[in-house]
Amino acid sequence: MGTNGDAPMAAGAGSIQVQGLGKTYRVADKLPGLGGTMRHLLRRRLRDVVAVRDVSFSIEAGEMVGFLGPNGAGKTTTLKMLSGLIHPSTGTVRVAGHVPQRRQRSFLQAITLVMGQKQQLIWDLPPLDSLRVNAAVYGLDEADSRRRIGELAEMLELGEALTRPVRKLSLGQRMKAELLAALLHRPEVLFLDEPTLGLDVNAQARVRQFLADYNRRTGATVLLTSHYMGDITALCPRVLLIHGGQLVHDGGLADLTSRLAPCRAVRLDLREPVPADAITPFGTVEQMDGREVRLLIPRERLTEAVAGLLAHFDVLDLEVSDPPIEELIGGLFRQGGRP
Amino acid sequence: MGWLPRHGRVLLRFWSTALASQTEYLFNFSVELLAMAGNLAGSWFVLSLFFRHGQQLGGWRWEEALVVLGAYTLLDGVATTLLRPNLNAIVTLVQNGSLDFVLLKPIDSQFWLSTRLIAPVGLPQIALGAGLMLWAAARAGAAPSPLALASTTVLLLAASVSLYSLWFLVAATSIWFTKIWNATEVLRNVLVAGRYPISAYPSGVRSLLTLVLPVAFLTTVPAEALLARAGSHPLPLALLVAAGLFTASRLFWRHALRFYTSASS
Repeated sequence: MGTNGDAPMAAGAGSIQVQGLGKTYRVADKLPGLGGTMRHLLRRRLRDVVAVRDVSFSIEAGEMVGFLGPNGAGKTTTLKMLSGLIHPSTGTVRVAGHVPQRRQRSFLQAITLVMGQKQQLIWDLPPLDSLRVNAAVYGLDEADSRRRIGELAEMLELGEALTRPVRKLSLGQRMKAELLAALLHRPEVLFLDEPTLGLDVNAQARVRQFLADYNRRTGATVLLTSHYMGDITALCPRVLLIHGGQLVHDGGLADLTSRLAPCRAVRLDLREPVPADAITPFGTVEQMDGREVRLLIPRERLTEAVAGLLAHFDVLDLEVSDPPIEELIGGLFRQGGRP
Repeated sequence: MGWLPRHGRVLLRFWSTALASQTEYLFNFSVELLAMAGNLAGSWFVLSLFFRHGQQLGGWRWEEALVVLGAYTLLDGVATTLLRPNLNAIVTLVQNGSLDFVLLKPIDSQFWLSTRLIAPVGLPQIALGAGLMLWAAARAGAAPSPLALASTTVLLLAASVSLYSLWFLVAATSIWFTKIWNATEVLRNVLVAGRYPISAYPSGVRSLLTLVLPVAFLTTVPAEALLARAGSHPLPLALLVAAGLFTASRLFWRHALRFYTSASS
């Protein structure tokens, strides 16, 4: 739904298509010390570093997609190529019907990039001053920009923070003001790079809620990277997982969990203690502590095993859970492997 | 909205926010004003040493040479007001990755980078330079016609554009070499040569300052126009130099952006 009479976006207007995208940086290696510096000056040793390799995906207008990967996996490089900041080495990209690196005005009017670790607000002045600059740059008239600022400030619960110098705002208020500045021109496509970085749990939750509302109200497409899985699980039904510059998963978060964790954890609370070998036919016993048992059961056998456990033992309580997604993905990255 | 009203509105916002942030540092403003006055007094003193015994400097009399100093002071004021705050900031923007935000805006990035800030401390210097030029020209016995005044103004504008373009060209190389503070300083020091009439220099240096770095066009040529010393008509050539350098700066920036890798997060 559009807000205050703003029409929702045309179907497909905010879609993203990426085909065979790659980026290779040429970097100069330099040995430490004076000798290394002299050698570096006389004979540079250049080598190519592949940051992104053959990445393909497409995102429909209005989708909210999580972009996951460890540091240096190529997430930010990909976002910068999608927003037209850097030129791809290979492949093609279309965002909202445009080729990003041409940086046409209509394209820049249609997108935004929020970077959790960089800020565009003027440090010494209240956010309102920066917002007025942005309004002029995006060609919004006074009345329109005032209305949009009021609307977004209300959604973000910014209130009087807009009239206090940025340097005096809390990190949470600053991030929310950054979001306001980035969304003032009502972009169709949002690239969000760690938008909740460094925020406390409450501020994170508010930003998440705001992003969900914004997506629902405007139908904007959102591609979000975050180190906080909470952001992803709360907002993104679909995730892209990138590792070593390559896309290793594109699908639902639940699919990713089942690929990463083929078993589910079952915790049993029994009326009477039972011997361990009575439990082993149902799954792998992880822990047994008197009447409390924790075992892992392959997903495909879960229903049958749970029914068997309930039939054979006097069960007071039973709980089935997935291992936390952070642990699963963290484990994957530590192994350096694919799911 | 058309190009002009839109950019006019943007400029208004740019400068009002730039002025607002500087009012936070009023002490800094006064110090810079003092430094500027000291600088002019120093140049005046050095110039007076050359003329102590009534000699001429490269065919220029004392009052005529003061017109050149006036043109230099005016251009230095332009540099202080607009060029130094904006163009020196490019290096920082590239280093810390904030250039990303400029490139993401639907506005010409060169326009943004060149006009975003204003330092009003340079404005009195511009007025002082213009005053010195007129006063010294009158002392030298010149009575500039309205045409001479107009052509001097155009020549000073062309000089400002040339100076801007050269400075921007150097600043733009920060896309490749992120540490170019020294390069802009070298440029600034070469331009200091424009304090004195170009003919005061040995012929080798004179050719360098005319053909390679158009220092002659920045100060000596406008001063000659005001004093009606110019033998030929320098206006078309000065305009050509300014237009050429400006075009070069635009083409170079567009080329440089292809190599922008954006500071890592």
